Amino acid sequence: MQYLALIYAAPENSPVYGSPEFGAMMAGYSTVTARLKADGAHISGEGLKPVETATSLRLRGGRVETMDGPFAETKEHLGGYYLIDVPDLDAALNYAAMIPTAAYGTIELRPIAVY
Amino acid sequence: MTAPGPALNGLLDHTLRADRGRIIAALIARVSDFQLAEDALHDACASALVHWGRSGPPQRPEAWLIRVAFRKAIDRLRRAARDARQTEAMAVLAHDEAEDMAQDLMDDRLRLIFTCCHPALDAKSRVALTLRTIAGLTTAEIAKAFLDTEPTMAQRLTRAKTKLREAGIPFAIPGPEDWPDRLQSVLAVIYLIFNAGYTAGPSEPRDLCAEAIFLARLINTLRPDDPEVEGCLALMLITHARRAARTSAAGATVSLTDQDRSLWDQTAIAEGVTHLQSAITRRAPGPYQVKAAIAACHVADGGPDWSQIALLYDSLARMEPTPVVALNRAVALAETGQLPAALDLIARLAPVLDAYQPFHAARAEYLARAGQTTAARAAFDRAIDLATSPADVAMLAHRRLALKIDRGLT
Repeated sequence: MQYLALIYAAPENSPVYGSPEFGAMMAGYSTVTARLKADGAHISGEGLKPVETATSLRLRGGRVETMDGPFAETKEHLGGYYLIDVPDLDAALNYAAMIPTAAYGTIELRPIAVY
Repeated sequence: MTAPGPALNGLLDHTLRADRGRIIAALIARVSDFQLAEDALHDACASALVHWGRSGPPQRPEAWLIRVAFRKAIDRLRRAARDARQTEAMAVLAHDEAEDMAQDLMDDRLRLIFTCCHPALDAKSRVALTLRTIAGLTTAEIAKAFLDTEPTMAQRLTRAKTKLREAGIPFAIPGPEDWPDRLQSVLAVIYLIFNAGYTAGPSEPRDLCAEAIFLARLINTLRPDDPEVEGCLALMLITHARRAARTSAAGATVSLTDQDRSLWDQTAIAEGVTHLQSAITRRAPGPYQVKAAIAACHVADGGPDWSQIALLYDSLARMEPTPVVALNRAVALAETGQLPAALDLIARLAPVLDAYQPFHAARAEYLARAGQTTAARAAFDRAIDLATSPADVAMLAHRRLALKIDRGLT
């Protein structure tokens, strides 16, 4: 099964760029990415630029409306993702627990729909 | 052909009562779909009433039901087969049905329990799914036990089954690294079921305490030698052994220390203590073993050994640092004679336990012992306000009244 691991965190809880904690977090991401690849579970994964760079769009009455920022106002923002291919939810949960952001943010696992 | 008589319905009910969990587990193990498994068993039961009515009941009704349920599942899959997984399931069922594996099915219930209690489901759904699938309670019975309407409970079960299927929750026993955490999740569900039965009292037609003990026994049989399983079973057996003494003839709750010991089920206590001793020899302590040891201390010959109980609560507080454990530790301290220290601990718990009836009941009890009658009376009032069962209200009101008389006499 394929799962999208959505990585959420509140900016104020995230390590500051340049701090030792930031270095440890990046090293943690390298480790989990390497592990996913070695296990053949990795499809893709990226980090996103901060939420201030987000633009939302919707079509209303045939007209495009754009908005500055994300659609929902939440404390935790989407900061990145992994798309993985694993046998079941337990395997997905084991990998999700390795994602460094799990220690201070939230990882949401969503199965990819099959049509 | 005649309509199915009451005898046939009785035989079918009896078979389902005894073997529904095993049959459902065998089906789910092969089709990985709770709803399909339930529908196939339902089809097989309808078929049973027709065939058994025509040609008499089979020698082994449960084996008959499994075989026919496998065929019904194949029929349903054939009608709906869309993806590779379903085609695979059909092949497995056809093979097992042809090989006559239905006669001697491996017991798949342990896997089913771990699936029903998977932490990806919310706690209430775990309880409901376990009662429905393993213990075989009806949706109506579960709804009644948890004060829900039947449609709400049916919806909850449907949502849980959908999540199991769609989220890819495996139908599997966890590996050794995940076993301790996942087992605690299973035992928490069983203990929740037990407590629901304990709170409802022994009057309910389907005793949830007995269902919880059945589930713990089942796990202990399917996966013997786990000390926490033994501990959980021991805890429930010892607690359940006191059921006949828990309420007075007038319908008031009787506190443990005031219970008539001759009403306790000594066979159940002995069985619980045996499980506990077996667990302790494995030298891997856990919260259920400690709770069982505390329960055993309470029913020990010659009355409770309060200093031992206080020590056990010390170790439980390290495993489960919750306010309720802290409250029980304070009670044990008070009973060893350290009343001021206990009242001090209780006072510190007030902010977090203000809505918890036993907190105010305990506080009232020890304020009274310390001679602070006015404060004790106020605490009893608060406990009575919070009490949910008439039996508890009766006991608390009686204690409060005794307080008045004492004061009247002095």
